[in-house]
Amino acid sequence: MCTFAQNFRERNFISLENMMVATKSIKFIAILVLMMTSVFAFANEGEHDNQHHEGGNKIDTPEEIKEYIAHHLKDSHDFHLYTNNETGTHVSFPLPVIVWTSEGLRTFMSSEFHHDDNGHVIVEKDGVKLTKIHSKIYELEAGADEVVFDDHHHAENAHKVLDFSITKSVFGMLLAGLLMILGFGALAKGYKKGAIPTGFGRALEPLVIYVRDEIARPNIGEKKYRKFMSFLLTVFFFIWILNLLGLTPLGFNVTGQIAVTVCLAIFTVVIYLFSGSKDFWGHTLWMPGVPYILRPILAVIELIGFVLIKPFSLLVRLFANMTAGHFVVMSLIALVITMKEAFGPVASTGVSLALALFISVIEILVAFLQAFIFTMLSSLFIGMAVEEHDHH
Amino acid sequence: MYNLIGAGLIVIGAGLGLGKIGGSAMEAIARQPEAAGKIQTAMIIIGALLEGLAFGALILGK
Amino acid sequence: MDQLLNDFSPGLFFMQAIILLILIVLMRKFAWKPILESLQTREDGIKNALDSAEKARLEMQNLQADNKKLLNEARAEREAMLKEAREMKDKMIEAAKTEAETQANSIIEQAHAAIESEKKAAIAELKSHVAGLSIEIAEKVLREELSDNSKQQKLVDSLIGEATLN
Repeated sequence: MCTFAQNFRERNFISLENMMVATKSIKFIAILVLMMTSVFAFANEGEHDNQHHEGGNKIDTPEEIKEYIAHHLKDSHDFHLYTNNETGTHVSFPLPVIVWTSEGLRTFMSSEFHHDDNGHVIVEKDGVKLTKIHSKIYELEAGADEVVFDDHHHAENAHKVLDFSITKSVFGMLLAGLLMILGFGALAKGYKKGAIPTGFGRALEPLVIYVRDEIARPNIGEKKYRKFMSFLLTVFFFIWILNLLGLTPLGFNVTGQIAVTVCLAIFTVVIYLFSGSKDFWGHTLWMPGVPYILRPILAVIELIGFVLIKPFSLLVRLFANMTAGHFVVMSLIALVITMKEAFGPVASTGVSLALALFISVIEILVAFLQAFIFTMLSSLFIGMAVEEHDHH
Repeated sequence: MYNLIGAGLIVIGAGLGLGKIGGSAMEAIARQPEAAGKIQTAMIIIGALLEGLAFGALILGK
Repeated sequence: MDQLLNDFSPGLFFMQAIILLILIVLMRKFAWKPILESLQTREDGIKNALDSAEKARLEMQNLQADNKKLLNEARAEREAMLKEAREMKDKMIEAAKTEAETQANSIIEQAHAAIESEKKAAIAELKSHVAGLSIEIAEKVLREELSDNSKQQKLVDSLIGEATLN
């Protein structure tokens, strides 16, 4: 971290002018996002004003808080901004739902579920009845009109469908991708004008150099690192931006979705298994220098290590860190409610604010650290796979 | 109940391990301050591996 | 674990895979390749500039060394020339000296010889002169002595006297 900060400081002198350019473009993006948000939000509000009048679902008890946090940690099909407790109106903008049902592809906007998450609202699309239970879309079996739950609150007469919806996480990914293409595309274009980047590129260039010189080069080796730079750079910035997006009040929890981290880890595994050198396979499957009886056992252990354990540790680390981070931050914010009874509103707000601020600062560090570690370990594994040993 | 105890044991073990890594890294940096960058990187990697193990155990046990 | 498996959404996984793949391809084409290439060219440029500066420095050093060598050579040459000239001068002086000496010697010798021969001639002349004079004087004396008979007799007597002694 320290060396990173140093590098950053050394390589990066942002002049006032460039800062202004950068802030201008950031402002532009922010305004764009806000405009989109407000348009969708208002449209949604008008449409469903009368839907949730069963009184505001105010969150008061620890159980409700737990449920709220668990709900937040999951992916959702609409972009929820806030709920007006007086009227019970949810202000959010809907995202498209794309599902592959037993009858084929069905698409509609998530607003048709009317913010229901318990299987009460059933959407019928060309003979397919769909409902949403705990952020998952279920298809009702033929003939059923209502979801029947068993004792464990599992739906009995409905099954999950393949859900290719543009969920909040997918939206976050697209946003991150857009930011990356805009930022680094501008940096790449800047090189056409001169060898030294201007504007926001001055902040991005040292990061690219950092990934290349501190992560890829030492771990993969001078000769072979070029081939993997695209993957490593993309993954590094993708994870970092998504982690940071998770810290904004927009409430993305993309890298805390197990499917996302599984996908990232599988990419790494595929890359290092397919670029493994002859030496790597030789050492993995038929370890030289050990008794012949042990070699098959070692081969099994090594294979399990490379195919299962390494990616598992990669994906679980990222997932658990981000989930735990969100959980802790939200729990600390929830102290406002849980401690209100005992300490009064002012004290509880103060304590919650101070602790949440402290943890958020650590989370900013963790956001970088997890991106760094994911990229670092990926390049380490790739380095192991492409390494060519000198035979003695 | 039992998995809570298990989680506690995992956290104790991981804590001991992280403490050992951190302590050794500090000693190494004190001995060779010029290698601080490399030691930090190695420390973070080993810490990450340990963390992965601990998280893996926690999640598998949950 | 069950919770995790339950949370795992294949659809999200699929979307993520597609998005990541597209993103990698796009970023590779529009960002990473040009960025890394320009970084590389820039670094190569810097390296080349440093290398050529180093080369120039070495060349400069060589040039300076050459200059020094040339200077040293010139100095040595000058020294050698001066030395040679000095030697030549010395030799010439020496030669002149010896020649002068020999010449002087020969002149002196000649002079000696001339003086000797002159002396000899003078002596010879003197001798002949003296002889002539002596004969003349003897003639005169004789004439004087033998002018009268008595005297002649006396002489004959004395001479005879002497002769008898022998």
